[in-house]
Amino acid sequence: MTSVGFIMLVHTALNRAAQVARHWAEAGCPVVMHVDKSVGNRAYNEMLRKLDGLGNVRFCRRHRCEWGSWSLVAASISAAEMMLKEFPEVQHIYHASGSCLPLRPAQELRDYLAKQPDTDFIESVTTGDVPWTVDGLERERFLFWFPFSWKRQRRLFDRAVRIQRRLRVARRIPEGVVPHLGSQWWCLTRKTLSAILQDPRRPEYDRYFRKVWIPDESYFQSLVRLHARNVESRSLTLSKFDFQGKPHIFYDDHVMLLRRSDSFVARKIWPQADLLYRVFLEGENLALRQAEPNPARIDRVFATALERRTRGRPGLYMQSRFPRADHENGKTAAPYTVFSGFAELFEGFEPWVGNFGRMTVHGHLFAPDKVHFADEAEIYRGGLSDSAALRDRDPRGFLTSMIWNTRGDRQVFQYGPDDNQALNWFMSTDSNAQIAVITGAWAIPLYHSGLDFPAIRAEAARLQKIELEFMKVLRSPWTKARLHLWSLSDFLQNPRDYLQTILEEMNPRNPVVLGNLPVMRPLDDFGIFLHNLRNQGMNPLVMGDFTTSPRRPEAVVPTRFTGE
Amino acid sequence: MGFIAKYRLRLVRKRWRMRAMRKRRELNPVALRTDRIRKNDVLVFSTLRNERIRLPYFLRYYRDLGVAHFLIVDNNSDDGSREYLAEQPDVSLWTTTGSYKRARFGVDWLNWLQSAYGHGHWTLVVDVDEFLVYPFCDVRPIQALTDWLDASSVKSFSAMLLDMYPEGPIDEASYHEGQDPFEIACWFDSGNYMIRRNAEYGNLWIQGGPRARMFFRDRPERAPALNKIPLVKWNRKYAYVSSTHTLLPRGLNLTYDEWGGEKVSGCLLHAKFIDTFVAKSEEEMQRGQHYAGSHEYKAYHQGLRDNPVFWNQTSERYANWRQLEILGLMSRGNWV
Repeated sequence: MTSVGFIMLVHTALNRAAQVARHWAEAGCPVVMHVDKSVGNRAYNEMLRKLDGLGNVRFCRRHRCEWGSWSLVAASISAAEMMLKEFPEVQHIYHASGSCLPLRPAQELRDYLAKQPDTDFIESVTTGDVPWTVDGLERERFLFWFPFSWKRQRRLFDRAVRIQRRLRVARRIPEGVVPHLGSQWWCLTRKTLSAILQDPRRPEYDRYFRKVWIPDESYFQSLVRLHARNVESRSLTLSKFDFQGKPHIFYDDHVMLLRRSDSFVARKIWPQADLLYRVFLEGENLALRQAEPNPARIDRVFATALERRTRGRPGLYMQSRFPRADHENGKTAAPYTVFSGFAELFEGFEPWVGNFGRMTVHGHLFAPDKVHFADEAEIYRGGLSDSAALRDRDPRGFLTSMIWNTRGDRQVFQYGPDDNQALNWFMSTDSNAQIAVITGAWAIPLYHSGLDFPAIRAEAARLQKIELEFMKVLRSPWTKARLHLWSLSDFLQNPRDYLQTILEEMNPRNPVVLGNLPVMRPLDDFGIFLHNLRNQGMNPLVMGDFTTSPRRPEAVVPTRFTGE
Repeated sequence: MGFIAKYRLRLVRKRWRMRAMRKRRELNPVALRTDRIRKNDVLVFSTLRNERIRLPYFLRYYRDLGVAHFLIVDNNSDDGSREYLAEQPDVSLWTTTGSYKRARFGVDWLNWLQSAYGHGHWTLVVDVDEFLVYPFCDVRPIQALTDWLDASSVKSFSAMLLDMYPEGPIDEASYHEGQDPFEIACWFDSGNYMIRRNAEYGNLWIQGGPRARMFFRDRPERAPALNKIPLVKWNRKYAYVSSTHTLLPRGLNLTYDEWGGEKVSGCLLHAKFIDTFVAKSEEEMQRGQHYAGSHEYKAYHQGLRDNPVFWNQTSERYANWRQLEILGLMSRGNWV
């Protein structure tokens, strides 16, 4: 009868390790434990006492283990040798740790292995194929010497790596060995494991691997390729690693997740996860399952965590995600539209636009007096206030919060040179922004204002200057927003088509039927108005060509704003 | 950051530590049970004055999360808080008649207690109206979080202050001893926070929420800070600079990711705005013992005369931590 034995490396949470060892031993699986030498004698003796009376539990010679060093391999070898020697009936040796937890009864594992008596389950891939080495030492871990401890002597460690890089050090890899990497939680056949440990060239291999970086991930994984007949390159232990190469920990609330994986063993379990230990160690053994382990079934959970930690949720700015400029991975959470000049040209523009699809159309959000939310609301989604001072305290936060708070409902707002301009760069470099500008349309309210002319002239000069700055930003090579820019005179050539273009871009899936345009404000003597401005010494550039009056043929105005 | 700036911060840190040393003389032990603290215990540090009615729920909440010991400074209470705390088996209590303001709003006292008893422990510094919510807090004790932070070599955990308020006027529903205050104050603002980075200390400065929109709409720069880093794997060399907003050394303030990712974070639910608040703010006004000439309290007072209702139709009703995460107020980072 085939039998499986466990070798367990233990260094903390001894109670839990003892509990698991007892479970396996009572199920008829021999266990050899390696307890880290840095564990105190009292704790060690107590553990011995706990497992007293179990005839198939042994404790092997203790090594002082340090992460990343040969000592872990030495511990595994000691335990494996003891297992092979003392339990001749054992046909498969399962490498586990003190924070492993069996998820399925030992009998299921035995049956599973019995069906494939000659298969070695060990993840073993060549360095070129592993993207998951996190420390940046992929090939180098096999070519350099690593005499220093990464945990205790980090500086020396880093320096040694740097120097070897510079010197292009390349250690000689023992003849015939092709470095492979993989999880150390393997399950090997007696035949393969004996062959590895009794290989006449083992001293040479050991000498080499002693100074390799993290040999416990490569020693058996490489040597198995020399001796095994049938390598199944995967681990029977469910073990998930995060983006720093540190294992994910399982808690009580992972019961269903662990069950779903159908794995035989899981690592790492939080020592205080009482429920997990109770359910999986003491739970009633229901009808034995024949299921194939399928850790991929729960991969999504871990992929989501990785995504959240490394890329985050686009457009979110909060206490633990505050990206530097241009590292936002999405400056805002959703597409939005900025109209400049439209509400000045058309009466009732805002309600009219609002008819085309699911959106909220605001007034001038960045106006100097207050925030003009849709319907002049005092407070908007998420608790945004209409106070201009609060908005100007953090304009970017205001805009990004608004877009974040309203995901699923497109935000549209009016903008112009009289508004707070702090976000010009932000919006123009935001691929979610759709910015439509009729340059010079701000002059229409001035034209209708009835103010005295010097006041108009001064205001026009101010607004034009601001708009020119905005144009400069929009026309920079870094712009990512979708832009629609017209001078007022150009826009008037064909307003219907231009509006159609913008609205279609806002509603890519729905056909847009314009119907009647909103009423345009009268512009009968607008050309004369501009001419007067010019005669007053202010040069109205951004409106385009309004030399419609035959009385002023000599006025030469650029037909298109050139950005100068 | 240049060498000189770094060195300057080192001096600042030493100064606050010296000051804490000096201020320890103001503390008189009432009940010392610190010998019961065991190696991996998570400790709560708090300073309070006349909060008797809140204490039972406060202690219960943190005991349920797995906090093993409370180290509390009582600033001259006369409502029975001291007597009540002195009887609790897991509380060590000091009392002081010293000035709260001159102890930099309690920071000096707690810095001292933390360096004396918190070294090597995860320490949580909270007021009695602050309730920590972290990812999975409904199913995992706080040790699960601190173990995970340890394993990730993370030394500090940020939990932004989230002001909670009732649906009606603050004094409408009355709070009774032992009650969960969020049965009354279960509403909050979900998305109106203003954030900037403090270049010197590296921390984020967060303002906003109901207090900013109600009381500081014309002077937002004066709105109270909401950024907090209350949970720290303490070392006796550390020091809180102002409340739990800022720490030194500076690296402890970097609880946010700058390259687009999300680090793990939580929230401190702030149960300040229940009916006990009105009387409290009256008292605090008279004592003048709060931050920046108590102008915060003056502004409240102004607003309070109009019988404030923080609630509006955009308010969000609190459900659980997952809701706060979906709203983007906290994150589980890569903790699964």
